[in-house]
Amino acid sequence: MDEPLNLVLFSGTDDKLQAAAVLTAGAAALGRPVNVFLQYWALDAFRADRIAGDHGLAPEAGPAGRAAVLALAAAGQAPWAETLRQAKELGSVDIEACSLSMDLLGLEAADLDPLVDGVEGVTAFYLNAGNGQIVFI
Amino acid sequence: MATLEIAQRVDARGLSCPMPIVRTAQAIRTMASGDLLEVTATDPGSVKDFAAWARSTGNELVESGAEGGLFRFVLRRK
Repeated sequence: MDEPLNLVLFSGTDDKLQAAAVLTAGAAALGRPVNVFLQYWALDAFRADRIAGDHGLAPEAGPAGRAAVLALAAAGQAPWAETLRQAKELGSVDIEACSLSMDLLGLEAADLDPLVDGVEGVTAFYLNAGNGQIVFI
Repeated sequence: MATLEIAQRVDARGLSCPMPIVRTAQAIRTMASGDLLEVTATDPGSVKDFAAWARSTGNELVESGAEGGLFRFVLRRK
């Protein structure tokens, strides 16, 4: 279990980010390192001024899906950012912003939530990924 | 069977996956080797999750039980 799990987050909706946070926390609890690479709309959701906001749901959720997600949150499910925070406390979780996406969105490192450890390019991501699986969400 | 002496307890009732395991992993690393941790949870995935987590981390799953939607686990820190 020593090879890292590598998650590429592209989508910025709360449901996909929640799913990614669950995968991250589960791997961290098993002692498996996790590298998270934030691209495009996922990176936008990690802006310090937006991370706590409503990022909507994937189109397939529909109204019934939205009600289900709200019900789970009302029952006490931690928001995805909080799940990631706990995962980072628990294990080796490195969250990096994709430098191309930083340019695309006109962001600087100071614009990002402290959950994000740094900014890197795809080469550094692949190097850190080693032989571990890469999952694109 | 002798009564087990529980060193620490985690109440994960009402928490959804993966929080019962996250809380367990957080708690067990503060404990001494050989000490017992009791976890109560309501997440239906927790039976398989606790078995898998114990197998993978080397901590021993001493007890695993279910009663009316409530799950109870006892783990011994490796």
